Order: sequence, then C-alpha cells, then structure tokens
Amino acid sequence: MIFGMPLLQLLILVFAATFEMKSIDMVVVDKDLSETSRELVAKFDAIPFYNLELAVPDETIGEDMLLSGDADVILVIPPNMERNLVRDDEAQLQLLIDAIDGNSAQLIYSYSSRIIGNFNQHLIAEWKGLPEFTPPTEVQISESYWYNPELDYHWFMAPGILAVLVTVIGMFLSGMNLVREKEIGTIEQLNVTPIKKYQFIIGKLVPFWVIALFDLSFGLFIAWMVFDLEIVGNLLVLFAFASVFLLGALGLGLFISTVSDTQQQVMLISFFFMMVFIMMGGIFTPVESMPHWAQVLDRANPMYYFMKIMRHVVLKGSGFFDLIEEFISLLILGLTFLSLAIWRYRKTS
Amino acid sequence: MEKIITVNNLVKKFGSFTANDNLTFDVYKGEIFGFLGANGAGKTTAIRILCGLSSPTSGEVKVAGFDIYRETEKIKKNIGYMSQKFSLYEDLTVAENIRLYAGIYGISPKKRKEKMAELLQKLEMESAKNKLIAGLPLGWKQKLAFSVAIFHEPKIVFLDEPTGGVDPVTRRKFWDLIYEAANNGITVFVTTHYMDEAEYCDRVSIMNAGKIEALDTPEELKKRYNAKNMDEVFLKIAR
Repeated sequence: MIFGMPLLQLLILVFAATFEMKSIDMVVVDKDLSETSRELVAKFDAIPFYNLELAVPDETIGEDMLLSGDADVILVIPPNMERNLVRDDEAQLQLLIDAIDGNSAQLIYSYSSRIIGNFNQHLIAEWKGLPEFTPPTEVQISESYWYNPELDYHWFMAPGILAVLVTVIGMFLSGMNLVREKEIGTIEQLNVTPIKKYQFIIGKLVPFWVIALFDLSFGLFIAWMVFDLEIVGNLLVLFAFASVFLLGALGLGLFISTVSDTQQQVMLISFFFMMVFIMMGGIFTPVESMPHWAQVLDRANPMYYFMKIMRHVVLKGSGFFDLIEEFISLLILGLTFLSLAIWRYRKTS
Repeated sequence: MEKIITVNNLVKKFGSFTANDNLTFDVYKGEIFGFLGANGAGKTTAIRILCGLSSPTSGEVKVAGFDIYRETEKIKKNIGYMSQKFSLYEDLTVAENIRLYAGIYGISPKKRKEKMAELLQKLEMESAKNKLIAGLPLGWKQKLAFSVAIFHEPKIVFLDEPTGGVDPVTRRKFWDLIYEAANNGITVFVTTHYMDEAEYCDRVSIMNAGKIEALDTPEELKKRYNAKNMDEVFLKIAR
C-alpha cells in the first residue's frame, strides 16, 4: 500500500496533470468563401492538434457550440475579407475563445494568432513579391530552452508530484499512527513509563522518515524509467534536503495528532494543511506570480522550498550552496514543527 | 508501617462533575490494597491520578515518596500500571512487547533475556513467544500485561480491573501472580468489582459516588457491617 499507491499516483498524475494543449476544437465561420479565406483555413487544418469544424454558416451556431463545450474557439471570417484586403490593404478576423480556463484560452489565442500572423506574412510576401519569411525589417529571434530543452511537461511535473507524494505519505502516516494509539489505548501504557517526551516523538518520527525517503528513491527511479527523467544534480544533495524537509512534514503531522483525539480529526486538519501547502507550493502555478502577501505566507510553507529544490536539483543541477537559504529555512521550519509536537505531547491529561 | 502512598483531600472535577470527592487514605508498603466501588464510583479516575496519567484538581498526593505535581517522571520509574483496557501492542509478538518495555525502562539486554525466559516458563507461554498478541486468549493477555507491568520490578503496581471478563479459574490463577508479586515486596494497588477478590486483599477501601465510604481489613468490615461476606458489606454501603 505504502509503495503501490504512490507509484500509481505518480504515473497517473504526471500524465494527466498537464497544461499542454494537445487538442483544440475550432469552429470556422467562413462568410467570405474566397480563395484567401480557404487558404487560411487550410493553414489551421494542416496543424494536427486543431480539429476543425467547417461549413458553419453563421456565428450563432458557432456560439451554441462554444456554449455546449463542443468548441474551444470560433474563427469568424467576415464577408468580403479578400476584397477588403486587396482594396484597403486591411481586413479583420474575429476569434471567440472559451475562457472558462483562462490558461488554455491564452494558449489558444497565442497559437491561433501566431498562425494568422504567419499567414499574413505569407500574403505580404506573395503579393508584394518579397522573399517569404524574411521581410527585411524583422528582428529574428532564435530560442533555446534551458534545463528542459524539449519542454517536456512530464519533467516539470514529475519532481513536483513526487514532492507532494512524499509529503502526503509522511504527514498522514505519522499523524495517523500516533492518534491511533490514543484510540486503542496503547499510549496509556507508554505514558506511565518514564519515557521522555522527545524520545517518544523521535521514536514516532524515524520509521516514517525512512519510509518517506524510500518512497522518494523509488519514485525517482520510476520517473527515470518511465519519463526518462535524469537527475542532473547531486543525489546526496537532494536527499539531504529531503531529509530536512521531512522533519518538518512529519513534525507537523505529529503535532496535529497531539492536538487531535480521533483519526477523523487528524484527517481533516492534515487535509487542510496539505491543500494549502500544495496549492501554494508552486506545483502548478509559479510562486513568483502570486500576490505579495501569498509569497510572504509561503515563507512558512515547507512545500514551497521543497518543490523548488526538487526541480532545481533534478532539472538544473543546483548544488547545495545555491540553495543554502532554502536549506536554512527548511531546517528552521522542521525544528519548529518538531518542537511544537514535543511541547504539545502530553503524558498527563 | 511504612507508607508508600499518601493521599490527602484529593479532588478531581470534570467540569461540574466531581469524580473524586475529597479522598484521604494511605497505602502501606508491601500490602495488597483493594480499591472497590461500583462502576462510575471514581476508581479509575483515582488510579489514573496516582499513576500520573491525569492531574488532580486539588489535594496532596505522594507516591513512592514523590510529589504527584512536581515529580511525576520520578514516580513513573517506580510504578507499574495495567489498565482496564488491554494495552500491549496487539500487532507485535509477545517477545517484542517485552523487549519494547524492557528497553524503555532501561533494562539491559542480558537481564531482559534471562527474565523473559524465566517469565515465559512460569506463565507456560514459551510456545507463544513469537506469536502476535492479537491471537492469544484473553486470560493469557491479562497475565502477560501484568507481567510486563512488573517486569522492571517497580515498588508499586497499579491494576485497574485486571480480571474483567475472564472465568473464575483464570481469575484465581491471576491472583496467584498477584500474591507472588506481593511476596517479592511489590505493593499492589488493585481495583475490582468482584467481591470474592476483595477477600484476597489485605485492606480494602469501598468507594461510592466519588467518596470513600469505608476502609479496613475485610474481617473488620464484615464485623462492622454485620455481614457474612464482602458482597453483603458492599451492598450495604453502595445500596
């Protein structure tokens, strides 16, 4: 269970949680029906991830399809587009985009407008007799993506999801374990012994710490096997950070269980923290673009540091001293959560 | 006689409910002290306070010479406790449970091995050494829980209804273990609501609704309440 479930989650989530647009349903309302308009439509049709719905006579039908979710975007080509282009050197097109998901709407817009832009240049070149694609005044941009040259989304997600999985395992297991002892009563027998509070908490910490680190190694291995994810940085650095991070995650889990009486309570409170940690940790959305107050709050979010570290060490090869600030922050958070757990654990009620 | 537990005006309140109402009593070294009362009379509350599992609302309590407020951890080195609810680890084996508690009390591995072998032989449980506790019969579990509670040779052992739910023969055997511990100098503080067991105690106190109504030897109590046995004494008091 402890190893099978994370494996399944890693495989499912990394494949499923993607922002990449692999399929765009486009409805074309061509009111011009000219040679130029057909050429433009052909441009879109040539791109594999555009699924075109042609021959829709007017916008209202298109809008209905947008409403029902059958279409992501409508391209409206007004009547006389070709004529206006020839006569006035100017014509207008309309893109109507379903923006329920703002992120994909932006992507659809930028893909589509780029295609139209290319088409435009092609027209200029053809009609004015200039060489295609190299208008004399254009600045050329050549791009090269570093640290993830093929923009493989799996590479971005796998370390992030692994960070989440390790945290969930550690926090829930440690929290559940302690409160279960309260429920079945075995904790009483320990509480009448002269065991020290810190000894007890450390005893509860170590097994789950080992399990979580093992899960991490296992997950990295799977990510390498399945997604070809190679760790650029030093494995030792990664595990040093993970170990310190887990002190905090497990410490928080244990702290939650010291203030709870039942497993349900632990579940509910842990879930609350997990949601906040994950969503604010930057797994999907970059922390740098969050509002200032959220970034300040994130200083207390161990997941934020760990997510960053995982990606930097795995993809970029950052070394220990590049991330020394994160290390110190994690250490402080870890010791704080652990001390809270030890302080709050009561041998006498 | 030397006092090993002294309790003066012990009060424990849960909100407006008074579970222990001004308890005052002493327990002497080496005796078997029976703590009797009906369900809900406040026995478990009092025993939990004496073990340091719960703090009193007010009153003065000393166990093994240590103050219950300030020296709880010192008390814990000198006592053993067997709770009403079986609380060894069911998912560990007999040997693992013993090893765990021996380790916590700082008993050396060598001594632990010797004592464990001796103990399992005495309990006739050698065959169960590496079996999970979960699969053992209740009588065995209780004997084991008691043996673990006195494994570190404490000065006092607190037993909270140790024989609940087992047959008379097993109960009798369990009391043999208690006598043996007492002969070895361990003071036994035991709660029960079986009145035949009360007869086995050196002195008994009878609680009712949070108060101690009577405290003496079984013989004296029977004489005082003009009763044939402890059952009648109890009924006359607890009515």
